[in-house]
Amino acid sequence: MSRQANRGTESKKMSSELFTLTYGALVTQLCKDYENDEDVNKQLDKMGYNIGVRLIEDFLARSNVGKCHDFRETADVIAKVAFKMYLGITPSITNWSPAGDEFSLILENNPLVDFVELPDNHSSLIYSNLLCGVLRGALEMVQMAVEAKFVQDTLKGDGVTEIRMRFIRRIEDNLPVGEE
Amino acid sequence: MTVHNLYLFDRNGVCLHYSEWHRKKQAGIPKEEEFKLMYGMLFSIRSFVSKMSPLDMKDGFLAFQTSRYKLHYYETPTGIKVVMNTDLGVGPIRDVLHHIYSALYVELVVKNPLCPLGQTVQSELFRSRLDSYIRSLPFFSARAG
Repeated sequence: MSRQANRGTESKKMSSELFTLTYGALVTQLCKDYENDEDVNKQLDKMGYNIGVRLIEDFLARSNVGKCHDFRETADVIAKVAFKMYLGITPSITNWSPAGDEFSLILENNPLVDFVELPDNHSSLIYSNLLCGVLRGALEMVQMAVEAKFVQDTLKGDGVTEIRMRFIRRIEDNLPVGEE
Repeated sequence: MTVHNLYLFDRNGVCLHYSEWHRKKQAGIPKEEEFKLMYGMLFSIRSFVSKMSPLDMKDGFLAFQTSRYKLHYYETPTGIKVVMNTDLGVGPIRDVLHHIYSALYVELVVKNPLCPLGQTVQSELFRSRLDSYIRSLPFFSARAG
């Protein structure tokens, strides 16, 4: 059984509705499985993390971006290259902290939440929390420990969706233990 | 002109894959130790090269050569390292090593949820695709040159 010929760097087009509905089905099922919103948020973050650690390799393979020299460069690459490549949107970068270790990504529209309305009994659900996990997982693989969290969400009535990114520390390369 | 062997390491020094095509002399130590030796040497060379560079570093360590073979090196920002030993007739092959990373490792291993990361690649598909790719390279000849 042979796999299809390598597509190289072309991107396969697929229906964005299918993507949105699939994500919605995933969140709905998690809500049924875990009865409270906090646990669902944690699961979404964990799933996002597992996606992120692999997605970064695909990103590097396709985008030919080299190592970023500082957090500002990282922010640019995330917003202008990565988000564009995977979600087809380009968030804007704002609200840099004076120390340059925190910034916000402002998403005018979020493809994950097309057609979605949060019911009243799920007011503390962070619907798109998968994205935070993906960002955390991907950046950890390029040696940055970061925290990503939603501070505004159109699903909760805010005008835009805002993800706050905070740089925690650099993760150093470790030589494997036990060099004889 | 030929390819002798190929190593693939991850960011923690785990040898993800090793293949050889033309290797007339073994290292004389068990494979596990050989991988550790290779990884440790690469780690030290990279840091040496960047410390001692008289100019700003661009790509860092690329290759070294001896009177009999040349070792080519490619590393991604995620710490995946592709190391290929060829004979001396082979020029810079960064694009080949990048292809091994992007079209083989990423496509067949990273994107396969059943392939765990951080350990030796078990995928037979990966092994055979890699083998065909190496054999198809213009500088690979079936007879050791």
